[in-house]
Amino acid sequence: MTNLSNLFKTTFRRPLGALSGGLLLLLYLSAIFAELIAPAPTNAQDLERTYHPPTKILWDGGLRVQAYELVDPSAASYAAIEGKSYPLRFMGHGFEYRLLGLFKTDRHLVVCDDPRGAFYLLGSDSTGRDVFSRLVFGSRVSLFIGLLGITITMVLGFLVGGLSGYFGGRTDFVAMRIVEFMMAVPGLYLLLALRAALAPHFASDQMFFVIVIILAFIGWAGTARILRGMALSIRQQAFVMAAESMGQGPLTILRKHVLPNLLSYLLVAATLSIPGYVLGEAALSFLGLGIQEPSASWGLMLSEAQNVKVFYLNFWWLLSPGLAIFLTVIAYNVFGDVLRDVVDPRSQKR
Amino acid sequence: MEYGISLDGAETMIAYLFRRFLALIPLLLGITGLVFLLMSLAPGDFLTPVRAQRDVSPELIQSIEQQFGLNQPWYVQYVKWLGNVVTGNLGHSWAFKMPVVDLIGQRLLATFLLSVSALVVAWGIAIPLGVLAAMYKDSIFDRISAFLAYAALSLPEFFLALLFMFFAAQSGWFPMGGATSIEYEFMGAGGKILDRAHHLVLPALALGIGSVASIMRIMRANFLDTIRADYVKTARAKGLHEGRVMFVHALRNAINPLISAFGFAFSGLLSGALIVEIVLQYPGLGQLMYQSILREDQFVVLASVMLGCTMLVAGNLLADLLLAWSDPRIRNNRK
Repeated sequence: MTNLSNLFKTTFRRPLGALSGGLLLLLYLSAIFAELIAPAPTNAQDLERTYHPPTKILWDGGLRVQAYELVDPSAASYAAIEGKSYPLRFMGHGFEYRLLGLFKTDRHLVVCDDPRGAFYLLGSDSTGRDVFSRLVFGSRVSLFIGLLGITITMVLGFLVGGLSGYFGGRTDFVAMRIVEFMMAVPGLYLLLALRAALAPHFASDQMFFVIVIILAFIGWAGTARILRGMALSIRQQAFVMAAESMGQGPLTILRKHVLPNLLSYLLVAATLSIPGYVLGEAALSFLGLGIQEPSASWGLMLSEAQNVKVFYLNFWWLLSPGLAIFLTVIAYNVFGDVLRDVVDPRSQKR
Repeated sequence: MEYGISLDGAETMIAYLFRRFLALIPLLLGITGLVFLLMSLAPGDFLTPVRAQRDVSPELIQSIEQQFGLNQPWYVQYVKWLGNVVTGNLGHSWAFKMPVVDLIGQRLLATFLLSVSALVVAWGIAIPLGVLAAMYKDSIFDRISAFLAYAALSLPEFFLALLFMFFAAQSGWFPMGGATSIEYEFMGAGGKILDRAHHLVLPALALGIGSVASIMRIMRANFLDTIRADYVKTARAKGLHEGRVMFVHALRNAINPLISAFGFAFSGLLSGALIVEIVLQYPGLGQLMYQSILREDQFVVLASVMLGCTMLVAGNLLADLLLAWSDPRIRNNRK
């Protein structure tokens, strides 16, 4: 384990690693403390203020939010009211919640506690919900689906790949034919077919797990194939033979002798594969086949932007979940690349 | 899966092609069997809503039920379906109310056009960029293109497609969806081609840009490898023009690994095309499959999955043939 913490230390010492790692840390922290950061709950609608543009923040002896009035309801066009604004409070009172599910509180990082004022950092959507709050709450689904999915994939891939590489022969042959089959099928096609078959068996609030299962089911094959090759070469080494001759069973050998040798590879592969899960969830939810309303996820929020009204009236702030996805994916990619350089300096780009 | 052609002994090209297509059969059997199994897991009978529709005649339903054994267990249905497919009957689309064969032909063409033009976009941008980045290694240009490639790699296709939709709506320069205009039928041959091309620009860009990044990186690395090779030095030493050294001696060897990546690129495009087609409302195979899954239009789903996989394998095969064509060493089976 000291090995791993060293690895992360080295990675964070590189500028790109620190930048991307820091961004990821920030994203995950804000997902964990979503209620504290979001000024509004996920589904607080305000039908008087649909498609509200992002509100301006002013400085006048303290942060204040500009007041707006609806000019043309048919085109959802708002105009700032000259000289009228409401104060913003730092750690002010808002809706009640339990911080980390434990402490009951109603404090929020920044809120506008005047009931007449509206504080939309990133505008509002078609039912007047705060896009920024939904973005923060949605990050829970979008970010943790990757972590959960990759864990299942890696365990499955390690078991199949490790065992078939270790045993060889017929086990290996069958496992690898299955893997090849999985890899030959276009991923999204399989995704849609699986979702069509599985979805009716689950309630809509269990969709999170359905998606994780589907994504992990599609993803394990590639990992298994690579791990098989690595297990095959480790198997030839003297220390494995020594363990064998001492009478250790295959699962023990896999866990105690093969796994530690693959750990750094697994880590790099996991980091570089998480974006696939984030994108997979976003794509599914975007197509209306993933997370369902009233829950929030980035893909689901983007699907709302897929609307002629949004296109023509230029409600650009509804595209912000796309930017969030982009940032997450690029952060993971950069972090994974740096991690790989640290683990295996030979793989460095020329 | 085997990549690279190995023509052993007397095996002719035709025999080789035949062997490759034989290898396609277990794959197609497996995937369609899986889809059948999955669809049978979904609760309810997909014929119920069809029966409720007034405009579908009960005789037609009954004849199709008979033909495909729809009231029997899924494996019996599967065998019957296979029998029908062999004779060229892909079933009936309930949603579109026409035989699947007629429905899928035009969609297949549209998706094929889209994938090919995305490929042209991707390679057309990526290869020159990769070569330039390698020739001017570590220059500003190299760094900027590397950064842009990284960004493009992280941009999800559906978001890019959404941005393009936004752009099309705001600028009015491109049509919002569709493969042809309403007046398409009344256009001359030239007008038809132009109209199709106009509708293809945004989907092809949305689909192609994602793969530019990876192709460019491979191309840059390959080109860097080859220009350090001895034969390039030799070519320079014997006084060949620099352009000839770069573009005839180096480029041709650097491009080989990319050609074998072609099949893979094709499969990626096919998967990606699904999303781009849905967002940009381009009537292709992927969009058809999506709609038919939503409407539980079983035969259409099966046919599009099958055709999608066939295109994928065909892409791999094409890549191998291209590689043999571009590299005489592989053609003559010498390593």
